[in-house]
Amino acid sequence: MHGRPRKAPKPEDSAALAAKSQKLRSLQSQFLSFHHGCTYSKEALETSAKLLEINPENYTAWNYRKLAVEHNVNECGTDPDSIKSIFDEELRVVENALRQNFKSYGAWHHRKWVLSKGHSSMNRELMLLDVFQKLDSRNFHAWNYRRFVTTLMNRSLEDELKYTENMIEINFSNYSAWHNRSILLSKQLKEKDKGLSFQDVLSKEYNFVRDALFTDPDDQSGWFYHLWLLEQTIQCEAPLLLSSWPANGADLIISGNGCIHAATGLLSGLPIDLKRFPLILYFNQSVEGIDSSTVNVEAEIYSNKDLTWKPLSPRNSCTSRVWVAYTDLSGIDLSSLSPQRIRVRLGHCAGIMSSNGFHLNKPVNIEYSIAGKYIEIEPSERQENEIFSWTDDDSYNSGELDESSPIALYMQAVEDNHEAAASGWHIDIVTEEINHFRDLLTIADCKIGKLTLARLLIARDGMISPLRNKMAHSEEVLDLYRDLIKLDPPHSKFYKDQSSLVLLQQLISSRKALLKYCFSYKGFKSSQSVDSLVCLRLNNLSLSRVGSFEKLLWVQFLDLSDNELHSIEGLEALQLLSCLNLRNNKIASFSALEPLRSLKSLRALNISYNEIGSHPVDTRRYLFTSPISHSGDISWKRDEDLPDGVSMENYWEAFIVFKDLDLVQMDIAGNPVADEKFQSFLVKISPALKWLDGQNLH
Amino acid sequence: MGEFAADRHVKYILSVEKRKDDFESVVMEHLRLNGAYWGLTTLDLLGKLDAVDADEVISWIMQCQHESGGFGGNIGHDPHILYTLSAVQVLALFDKLNVLDVNKVASYISSLQNEDGSFSGDMWGEVDTRFSYIAICCISILQRLDSINVERAVNYIVSCKNVDGGFGCTPGGESHAGQIFCCVGALAITGSLHHVDKDLLGWWLCERQVKSGGLNGRPEKLPDVCYSWWVLSSLTMIDRVDWIDGQKLVKFILECQDTENGGISDRPDDAVDIYHTYFGVAGLSLLEFPGVKAIDPAYALPVDVVNRIFFGR
Repeated sequence: MHGRPRKAPKPEDSAALAAKSQKLRSLQSQFLSFHHGCTYSKEALETSAKLLEINPENYTAWNYRKLAVEHNVNECGTDPDSIKSIFDEELRVVENALRQNFKSYGAWHHRKWVLSKGHSSMNRELMLLDVFQKLDSRNFHAWNYRRFVTTLMNRSLEDELKYTENMIEINFSNYSAWHNRSILLSKQLKEKDKGLSFQDVLSKEYNFVRDALFTDPDDQSGWFYHLWLLEQTIQCEAPLLLSSWPANGADLIISGNGCIHAATGLLSGLPIDLKRFPLILYFNQSVEGIDSSTVNVEAEIYSNKDLTWKPLSPRNSCTSRVWVAYTDLSGIDLSSLSPQRIRVRLGHCAGIMSSNGFHLNKPVNIEYSIAGKYIEIEPSERQENEIFSWTDDDSYNSGELDESSPIALYMQAVEDNHEAAASGWHIDIVTEEINHFRDLLTIADCKIGKLTLARLLIARDGMISPLRNKMAHSEEVLDLYRDLIKLDPPHSKFYKDQSSLVLLQQLISSRKALLKYCFSYKGFKSSQSVDSLVCLRLNNLSLSRVGSFEKLLWVQFLDLSDNELHSIEGLEALQLLSCLNLRNNKIASFSALEPLRSLKSLRALNISYNEIGSHPVDTRRYLFTSPISHSGDISWKRDEDLPDGVSMENYWEAFIVFKDLDLVQMDIAGNPVADEKFQSFLVKISPALKWLDGQNLH
Repeated sequence: MGEFAADRHVKYILSVEKRKDDFESVVMEHLRLNGAYWGLTTLDLLGKLDAVDADEVISWIMQCQHESGGFGGNIGHDPHILYTLSAVQVLALFDKLNVLDVNKVASYISSLQNEDGSFSGDMWGEVDTRFSYIAICCISILQRLDSINVERAVNYIVSCKNVDGGFGCTPGGESHAGQIFCCVGALAITGSLHHVDKDLLGWWLCERQVKSGGLNGRPEKLPDVCYSWWVLSSLTMIDRVDWIDGQKLVKFILECQDTENGGISDRPDDAVDIYHTYFGVAGLSLLEFPGVKAIDPAYALPVDVVNRIFFGR
């Protein structure tokens, strides 16, 4: 099937082939009749052996031989020599078959089956494996078989590690050997009590792989191994809480209609659902074990026991970077609530753990206050009757947002909490690697050099001050990605995505930087001068990917228009989000809007001028909660949930996304899917909708 | 851009269906049911499924079924999970899943699940993540996912995850695009893709694209059209498909065609076969090539067939 040249068969060849195929066919029929007749005589066995030598892929023949073995072993009673010779014959047949095709699944499994019976000696096996290693050092069947045999023989981890070292020294390009080494090393690192320090092991491996990488930078074998070492270096520490909502030190005032104010004026400006006031915890790694016993919330206005913590990113896993608990403030008389101190404590007891097995054991305290406010004028009620204008630039005014504005003060409170990280061996190792790769790049202008250097710089920035996340090297990293796009055009989208993440991190890394993108919105005719609604405008930045939002948990208004986003993964963390503009991006399906399903305060959504309806292949299909991926909590009842006369056929993804949101305003024009039929479908499933594409529906 | 010889490929597939006595067909007699799946799915993707006699095919398929509920690769061959999936997939293409005794097939599949969540291929116990995918895909098409222990099945697959983000055939097995497709597909169908490090695996997968534009199955190997499916469908399921140059891959696949006699081969100018014809066309489908129906990257069936199963009439 593979690697045979394309040529028309010559007449002489045709005749020979026809004879060959007749012979094989009769051999196969003969075999099948022995098999169906349960005949296990010497002659019958010979037939199957001949067959397997020509066609080791005939799986039924291997099954037959196992049946024959079982039958014949039964027949010869307890004589160990007869039994052994039966099994030895099987090993011989397998060897012959492997000579014909050393990638035959059936042959290798038969050999494993024979050895598992325990009547054969293991002596030949390692020698046989050496032969196959020389024939093809990447034969994964042989490597799998090696793992099987060495386990049966109880060979030590150290001996096998040495074997991989030997193989790599013979040929740096032996990815299979590097892979095997990573498996053995992972096992070794897990046995922490063996007195091996993580640091020593990693240092040795870095040196080892650097030899390979520097000898031939185009050889991929070392690339993935080096990346693994880097990940181990980064993740060798306890998880950290990056941020929370509300943030430590925040003094929030909530008015009766759900608007959140900071001490002097509105924080952001739009009302949120008081029944689901979120508490958000955002970690630097995926963690598990967040519940009301490991996270203690002391508040007079609600009980810790009633809090249910849920993972947000991802949603249906038990480990997540972002966790949320919803509190119900709707029953409280906010017009007269005096400031309540609320304290959130974690790390005081065991239970919160990263997926690498490191525990969060340093206690973390978050204290904030909530007070109520009496409002005479209810600005939000009027706002709900007014349309939010997305594109009118006059409505935005950045002048007011200086260092003394409420949002700046809030961000100040957030930033001041961050301590600098301790230094350590892991920072030293990465610094050393950075120097090595800088050297490499002076000799060879190579792709892997640039990509690895970019990763190392990002890692180092992240390690030095994980909480501040100030990116000292972001410009250099962005330059490296620009170079990579020129050097390796087929992978330019990959480099673009990585750049977008770095760019975004750079933009929001400091309060001063972030304020440049914050605008106050004055578009509502009925608003008072004191009501400034803060909008974060990250539009027109060529962003193809958005990343961590730990610094943006306070955002209620987000403008991501005129970018190149096809995914909004990560947005689910912005639980306060009320208005979202995704106009003119590359959203290709409704399933890409899955993160919005967690945003219960979302009221205005602009997805106009995207690509929904123009792609026959949906790349977000399996990252979307639906019956096709057996995920989620939808009780899917086909047409029963729909209003009369509405057809589900082409719009089931849209139905799942929008049915639980209370959108008041939507813009969908400019998507091929948004014809009249879809518009009426949308209106039917969104009872709260007042404006569609700028038109008042009532 | 080269021409896509759809009609020639249809003719080629129909001719292979009729051919039973040449050496190639005899050697592969034992996996004819797989061949039926490859050929018929390709016909459906090209809008020509009606060119075959559905009843004839279905009656042959049912003769491959054993008492246990499992299907053999051809009449007279032992049952195995590989051919059971192909049988169910072909019946789904023809919208004839109702000829099956679903309970029987479901119990055959569930009987092959082991304590640790893995699946054996048949009663002889070979374990491989390919079989995990096959079991999950098959049982899901029959809408009987509840007949297996999904949590253990997922845990076993996750135990086969490697440090490069890929998956092997058993725990400790080297990452290989074929195994990766199986594991990612199984995780996709069971709503468990959060176990996949999409950025890490996405990079490993996109690095399969070599200078010629084709894709290989693992580092330092030659490109092969079948990886246009294994790699591409994996990338599609984790939404990183734009990390490769789609147009260059299209060009590579088109160069692997035999535009005269029909069929697609593993590499340009090699001999064609049904297997590579299917994978080439499936790859073009994922790349949204005009004239080819959309294929579902997890179930490896046309999207309209999958939608029919889950959202039916």
